[in-house]
Amino acid sequence: MLGQIAEITLMNLRNVGSRLGSSSVIVVGIGGVVAVLVALLALGTGFRSALERTGDPHRAVVLRGGSTGELSSGLTTEDRNIVASLPGVALASGELFLIADLPKRSNQSVANLVVRGVTPEAFRIRPELTIVEGRNFTPGRGEVIVGRGAAAEFEGLALGGRIELRDTTWTVVGMFEADGSANESEVWADLGAVQSAFRFDGVLTSMRLRVDDPAVIPQLARQVDDDPRLDLEVHPEVEYYRSQAETLSTLITVFGYAVAGVMAIGAVFAALNTMYTAVANRTVEIATLRAIGFGGLPVVTSVLAESLLLALAGGLLGAGLAYLVFNGMTVSTLNQASFSQVAFDFAVTPELMRLGLVWALGLGAVGGLFPAVRAARLPITAALRRG
Amino acid sequence: MSWLSLIWANLFRHRVRTILTLVSVLVAFLLFALLRNVIESFATGIEIAGVDRLVTAPKYSMVDRLPLAHLQQIEAVDGVVAVTHANWFGGYYQDPANFFPKYPVRPREWFAMYSEYRIAPEQLDAFANTRDGAVVPVGLAEQYGWKVGDRIPITADIYPKKDGSRHWEFELVGTYSAPPDEPQPVTFLFQYDYWDQATQHSAGTVAWFVVKVADPDAAGEVARRIDALFEQSRNPTRTSTEAERQRQFANQVGDIGLMMSGILGAVFFTILLLTANTMSQGLRERIPELAVLKTIGFTDDSVSLLVLGEALVLCLVAGALGLALGAYVSAVLAPLLESAIGVFETSWRTVALGLGLAALLGLVVGAGPALNARRVTIVDALRE
Repeated sequence: MLGQIAEITLMNLRNVGSRLGSSSVIVVGIGGVVAVLVALLALGTGFRSALERTGDPHRAVVLRGGSTGELSSGLTTEDRNIVASLPGVALASGELFLIADLPKRSNQSVANLVVRGVTPEAFRIRPELTIVEGRNFTPGRGEVIVGRGAAAEFEGLALGGRIELRDTTWTVVGMFEADGSANESEVWADLGAVQSAFRFDGVLTSMRLRVDDPAVIPQLARQVDDDPRLDLEVHPEVEYYRSQAETLSTLITVFGYAVAGVMAIGAVFAALNTMYTAVANRTVEIATLRAIGFGGLPVVTSVLAESLLLALAGGLLGAGLAYLVFNGMTVSTLNQASFSQVAFDFAVTPELMRLGLVWALGLGAVGGLFPAVRAARLPITAALRRG
Repeated sequence: MSWLSLIWANLFRHRVRTILTLVSVLVAFLLFALLRNVIESFATGIEIAGVDRLVTAPKYSMVDRLPLAHLQQIEAVDGVVAVTHANWFGGYYQDPANFFPKYPVRPREWFAMYSEYRIAPEQLDAFANTRDGAVVPVGLAEQYGWKVGDRIPITADIYPKKDGSRHWEFELVGTYSAPPDEPQPVTFLFQYDYWDQATQHSAGTVAWFVVKVADPDAAGEVARRIDALFEQSRNPTRTSTEAERQRQFANQVGDIGLMMSGILGAVFFTILLLTANTMSQGLRERIPELAVLKTIGFTDDSVSLLVLGEALVLCLVAGALGLALGAYVSAVLAPLLESAIGVFETSWRTVALGLGLAALLGLVVGAGPALNARRVTIVDALRE
């Protein structure tokens, strides 16, 4: 029995070459579905990973009570000092998160760029941040450093570039990287200079805390909650950035599955069409095999194997294409949660490529099954007579 | 036997193949309709843009605010008919996930500016006369089950009250809407004076002014005049038309919108390619039959027209069904997507474009086989 299956399947597969035109329909159709699915999911994954990478389990974000993001938050220097002195806090950084309108390189249209006013603590709290070109800013000289993503997306953010923000013209003196995180989409400058340029004297929007043990963050949060002097909330940084990524990455993922799902219907019908035609063209051959004693199962298997093999080729083609074209490509979009531009890379991960291949095989199985069953049920005599 | 019925009969001689092909083309056009919805919703923006309205916002950053005192100066600019203003209040109703914009505005001035919005006169009076009154779009009231007279609590994030409390409460005094078939508003409106007196910080400021101009053609000139007025002040401005502002916003999302259309363009192309292949294959198999038709007196022209007609009818029927299904699916999805991407509906432009594409597809798919059909010589074909 197994011998029969192998024999017919091999014979059939050897003949695929002669049906190249119609077989390519399955390859291209399923390849298209997989390419679109993998590319869209890679977009969502890339966005989520840029934001999630920004969070560190040893860090916490402090915002005004009720604020969902740094943009709508606000706190005072006094708040900062109280929180910084709480037990368990190893390092504390008071920061001013603002948004500036600058033109994007791609279309010259004005977009929201994050400007973060920081003190030296901000760098000590984020050791992943390294200056890769130029040098750090010197307070009091109207200097800024720019993230790699921000420099790529916005006009005038190259080294030595000058940007006009509110009352000051700033000079770009350095570029930094931060492990591909959302911080790379920001511009950093001296806290005091940003406060006075934007006339937010004495105002902070948020704090970053570093703790030695992530387990103390919930205790810190309770302590801040209970302190009558403070109307603040402490969020683990990892959770904060995860929630920022959630809406958009979910939207993209749902969209990706929906588009690929609709496309898959089209591809399955195209595959069914091809396989029915292939079976119809082989009517005499199949009937002859049945007549000389081959069973139904080998026939079913041979048709299914053909369709699965073609689907696998399509899946590899699609996943490979998505990888070659999109993996690592940098794009940027408006993160609704922080109302600012975030630059990120498509992430075509091995998991996504595996998922693409699973889809391809699933589609191939559906596309091959019905024609295979028809092939096995052909009434032998009628088929031979018709041929 | 008429032409059409002959085509019809031909299509259904191989029923399974025809149906399978029909469904794959249908799916392509279903996707086409949905993709066009997304692109169009990015292009039209979320709310109505008036051609005679300008928006004057802080020049450098949306987190800045402008002094209310700019109002009189803008009113005095040549070509300006009316000016009103709004703030971005932020905050949320019950849960941060319940997102809708909330603006403190001047009731009468706001509805005079946005005269296309419909509100009952007595409700507008109530809005103007109730200090903590609020009006909401009809859709929003339905979504949260609010009725006139309800008290609606809003938790503030940007603007705590003077006493530090983040709890604001408003009395719903009316609802408003845009004319049917227009993009519906989404904004919760309440009194600027109430906000101004209660807010802990930023009293006396606005986030942007809305300016009505006398002549839409001169809008650019008026915008320059307004910006020139404040160029040297502590609070410089950037004035643009509402449409421009929405375009800027769409551009911010930009890259992704472009990519979606690119990816979906590829989808469409793939499915069309597949269909073309299958259909020409089907037509090739029938060459002997075409020879028979020629034998019984059909001319070369009429045979190739018959083949072309078959491809055209199939593509047009599948395209029309796909677009219709797309319009139906859009209508079902629209309420779910409204908050994320705004209007989501299939326009007549999309339908016309889709039908044009379907006809084009039919011609492209049918052209090769039709040429072959014309070239078929009776003797050769019948000998096979």
